[in-house]
Amino acid sequence: MSWITKTFSSSIGRKIVMAVTGLFLCTFLVVHLVGNLQLFNADNGAAFNAYSEFMGHNPLIRTMEIVLVLGFGFHIYDGLVLAAKNRAARGNQRYVVDHIEQNSSWHSRSMALLGSIVLFFLIVHLYNFFGSLRFTDVPRDANGNEDAYALVISAFKNPFYVVLYVIGQVALLYHLLHGFSSAFQTLGLTHRKYTPAIKYIGYGFSIIVCAAFAAMPIYFYFFK
Amino acid sequence: MAGSNPNAKPMNLTLKVWRQKNRNTQGGIVDYQVKDISPDMSFLEMLDVLNEDLLRKGEEPVAFDHDCREGICGSCNLFINGRAHGPEPGTTTCQLHMRKFNDGDTITIEPWRANAFPVNKDLSVDRSAFDRIIQAGGYISVNTGGTPDANEIPIPKEIADRAFEAATCIACGACVASCKNASAMLFVSAKVSQLALLPQGHVERKSRVENMVAQMDKEGFGACTNIGSCAAECPVGISLENIAILNREFLSAKATSNNLA
Repeated sequence: MSWITKTFSSSIGRKIVMAVTGLFLCTFLVVHLVGNLQLFNADNGAAFNAYSEFMGHNPLIRTMEIVLVLGFGFHIYDGLVLAAKNRAARGNQRYVVDHIEQNSSWHSRSMALLGSIVLFFLIVHLYNFFGSLRFTDVPRDANGNEDAYALVISAFKNPFYVVLYVIGQVALLYHLLHGFSSAFQTLGLTHRKYTPAIKYIGYGFSIIVCAAFAAMPIYFYFFK
Repeated sequence: MAGSNPNAKPMNLTLKVWRQKNRNTQGGIVDYQVKDISPDMSFLEMLDVLNEDLLRKGEEPVAFDHDCREGICGSCNLFINGRAHGPEPGTTTCQLHMRKFNDGDTITIEPWRANAFPVNKDLSVDRSAFDRIIQAGGYISVNTGGTPDANEIPIPKEIADRAFEAATCIACGACVASCKNASAMLFVSAKVSQLALLPQGHVERKSRVENMVAQMDKEGFGACTNIGSCAAECPVGISLENIAILNREFLSAKATSNNLA
């Protein structure tokens, strides 16, 4: 089976892993966002807590959780490996004068930095909510569901978290602005008819998803 | 130059040139002044003037690669003011003219920077890594025997044109030089897609992409992150579409070839 390991440890193989896991994580963003929109429901969190309870205990979701962890794991691991290899490929002597900003965009060159900021945000985010819900006893609401809504309110009273979450979403926005269409290019899914559409769908996806996520901490800080 | 443009005023320039004795020594930037440079000169002719000055003074001339001086050979590879082949799009260094610069300018000239392209001397780098990638699969099998008739194999014009566009790669290495990852994927993809598009290339279609990518990785080039610097700096306009074709060819070859190694 050495051809499999060889394929996925080659430069293009690692890129393919980045693209597949990246697009998979985009589908996760959609699911996560749709569920979280319950936070804007004016029912003091009843619907959000019911959703949260379902996500925490449904066996199918718990199985997908493992797939999600693997998706994140491979994306982060291959991302770091590629970043290190790509840096080494340039060599120790950098250009004395380099005007790379004249032929490429900043965010496309900064995927590792942006990804690292998103990873830091993710760790804090998991600690804030996932950690509390999974590993501690959380008070229950009137319907007997764990009161995740109360956790959200208390977390976003803290301006530090609000700022960190918004920064996390800005980093994610720029990461996706390049990453979404880049994944299709890496998978070879290009066509003169459809590639321009993929690019603009990527822009729309990135802006809508990240703006909606960023609206949550801001909404709770100012209005709850 | 005389007579080509009577209004062109000669220029005086400051050059910051990378000097390096050989592969094993540390190099550095050295400042030179060049005077009375005609705006009609090519960039390489300007360097010829510098070298004549240096020879007159008994100093070592600056080593740089050049051959055809008409944008075909892919030898004259200089990183000028932070850009591969200088600021002008769609040109090699020999096609860059001094009229693109102004009197009194400071111009920084460096060799290509990549682990896979070690500096031989000054501005000359060793690009034999490209040769080894081509040797790994950038060829086709042809039958021996009588001369085949022209156009014996029908190829749609659109496909022939796309293959030809990919075939115009002059292997200068500007893609590697301008890529932040020193990735050679634009170069490799040009050859892979040229031969994948044409029926003559189908005999080695799968082994070609597997072997060329393996050699590319072995030489120490980076991986593509789709930033697009390579295509922006490519003097002959090889497009990023070729990299998508390379990725597609690689994936389908790995999934279906009989090569278990």
